[in-house]
Amino acid sequence: MINQEFTLSIYSENHVGLLNQITTIFIRRHINIESLTTSESAIEGIHKFTIIVNTTREQVEKLRQQIDKRVDVIKAFVFTNDEVIHQEIALYKVPTEALLNSNEIERLVREYGARILEITSEYTVIEKTGHKFETQELFEKLDRFGVSQFVRSGRVAVTKLSKELLTNYLKKLDKEETILD
Amino acid sequence: METLTKETKQMEKRKTTRLSGSEAVIQSLLHEGVDLIFGYPGGAIMPIYDALYDYHEQLHHVLVRHEQGATHAAQGYARVTSKVGVCFVTSGPGATNAVTGIADAMIDSTPLVVISGQVTSPLLGTDAFQETDVVSITKPITKWNYQVTHAEEIPEAIAKAFYIARSGRPGPVVIDITKDAQFGQLDFSYSPIKHIRSYTPVPKVNPDNIEEAARLINLSKKPMALIGQGVILGKAEKELVAFLEKSGMPAAWTLLGLSALPSDHPQNVGMLGMHGHYGPNVKTNEADLIVAIGMRFDDRVTGDVNKYALNAKVVHLEIDPAEINKIIYADVPVLGDVKESLPLLTEKVTSNSHQEWLNEFNACYKIEHQKIINKEINPIKEKMTMGEVINKVSGVYNDDSIMVTDVGQQQMMAARYFKFKQSRSVVTSGGLGTMGFGIPAAIGAAMGQPDRPVCLFVGDGGFQMTIQELGTISQTKAPVKMVLLNNSFLGMVRQWQELFFDKRYASTELTNPDFQTIAKGYGISGEKVTARENLDEAIERMKQHQGAYLLEVAVEKEGNVFPMVQAGASVSDIRLE
Repeated sequence: MINQEFTLSIYSENHVGLLNQITTIFIRRHINIESLTTSESAIEGIHKFTIIVNTTREQVEKLRQQIDKRVDVIKAFVFTNDEVIHQEIALYKVPTEALLNSNEIERLVREYGARILEITSEYTVIEKTGHKFETQELFEKLDRFGVSQFVRSGRVAVTKLSKELLTNYLKKLDKEETILD
Repeated sequence: METLTKETKQMEKRKTTRLSGSEAVIQSLLHEGVDLIFGYPGGAIMPIYDALYDYHEQLHHVLVRHEQGATHAAQGYARVTSKVGVCFVTSGPGATNAVTGIADAMIDSTPLVVISGQVTSPLLGTDAFQETDVVSITKPITKWNYQVTHAEEIPEAIAKAFYIARSGRPGPVVIDITKDAQFGQLDFSYSPIKHIRSYTPVPKVNPDNIEEAARLINLSKKPMALIGQGVILGKAEKELVAFLEKSGMPAAWTLLGLSALPSDHPQNVGMLGMHGHYGPNVKTNEADLIVAIGMRFDDRVTGDVNKYALNAKVVHLEIDPAEINKIIYADVPVLGDVKESLPLLTEKVTSNSHQEWLNEFNACYKIEHQKIINKEINPIKEKMTMGEVINKVSGVYNDDSIMVTDVGQQQMMAARYFKFKQSRSVVTSGGLGTMGFGIPAAIGAAMGQPDRPVCLFVGDGGFQMTIQELGTISQTKAPVKMVLLNNSFLGMVRQWQELFFDKRYASTELTNPDFQTIAKGYGISGEKVTARENLDEAIERMKQHQGAYLLEVAVEKEGNVFPMVQAGASVSDIRLE
């Protein structure tokens, strides 16, 4: 089986040490986490982890099962890239001098749908949201003007499904209809 | 509305008692029905021990000699009683010493609640005296763990701990309690926990899958049941027998599934895996259907998974969804407690007798008996063999005692040659293979089932890994019958060196102490047998002796356990010599 990129969406209780509980399962199987974000979900008190891995379908399914098994994890889902709408945010710090010396940086900002967040006499901070290849491409173009800092967030993703998997799952839990297979 | 809530809260408060955190720990344990704790005191858990002092009549404490011993004793206790084993350990080295037993309980699904003391909360993370981050250390080897930093959290944390440890697929839970939380005050009330939103201990059985499993069973010409510990944990022994007798299929067992089915049941065809029986191993690749019941296809059972169950569809009855397709693909997964799923399946299967298929297993057994078993239990050699000793001990106890083992050759020999009439009669370290498990586990087993004899089989290597627990036996008078099979070698490793490393015996030969003198020092009776003609009488003396006994038998130095499926080989390539 070939490796591909998967997005794991993990919903959990919001306790101290949950991140450790989840990441330890990746460590055990020697699978590298490509990116990770964590935040409150739409449901109060439920936390969401979005984790990206490059692995096989078989491996990611086993990972999902073992994550699901943790007592404080409510439910874990696996998606391929075409099943989710996903974005990352990148920040670029360039010298203001470069911005003023030519139109090129401004042109790139417009072309890539980026925006300027802050301009000081020394530096300018540019922000771009998009897929990884887009933020990477902009980095490579800006770097000709000397990017002094570049940072990209982990992926955030929502599903393309019309039904909400977690909400449905929680409803089932209330009705105790949890046939899991 | 707000005032009303406040008033209700006030009223509830009146029903509570003002207690210290430490006393709340003790009260919570009593609410959970605990009457026995294995532990070792130290600085960070002293307030809890102080509270225990006033409850010594309700809550018996066994002082072990090392925290690893506490965890294994609690495991032994849990395995023979189906109750939760409880340990007290202090922070730092106390907690890290308990790690081996916690890991062992995790991999063998044994319910434990380990309560560890922790440094006072303002000192957390400061490298304080005897501070270790036990919650992080034990995260991958516990079913759940939690650090309590406020006295008010204690009742709920302990209620959750017991619920999680014993429900679904059982496992160990660590509750780490800071010293200030032990000293703190709270309004105590206790309510057991019966539900956690994020946790589904027992998945519901899907009737469609029962239907499909029954269809495969009814079509099958050569079905084979694999029995795991899930049957024992689910207390489904009767349901298993009903299923087997209706379906007529042969049944083999994993190490931890041993004793779920009586040894003399006509459909019991023996042990699976590396040192299992010849029939169940080779027939795995001839079977057209595998019905796995509460087992997890450990690599010691499967050998090379690419050459395993090659002609078989697989029906997998399992409580833990993470075990489905983990190692072996399940054509029909049946999630749920086998206590529930087995009767549903039994109802749907047609009555059958697979006598010809069973006869094939019996033919294999004859070959194995002639080539291995007979030589092991009736040796013509001058030196005694492990199998011969174990077979005799089993017989003297009428095949009806609790067998505890350490890890290594004696463990495999005991699993092969000891016989069982009733379930929950085996305590052994299966998944983790923890040498040193035997002595403390036998203490726990003896305390859990004081009316049943407990026979421990242990090698000279493992005996010395937890030899200090002889002190616990001495202090508690636990009537453990210890059979020390002494070959002056780390036998299993030596066997591998002989077979796979050109007999290069690197660091496996032991210069041993005089074990009888050591036992005597602890006030434990015993004897050493070096000649076969003295064995029967010595076993009888051990049986007749009131209390603990160390029967040391000098066995053949370079004996091997056969059959053997080499690591990484197929179950079909099982070696008989």
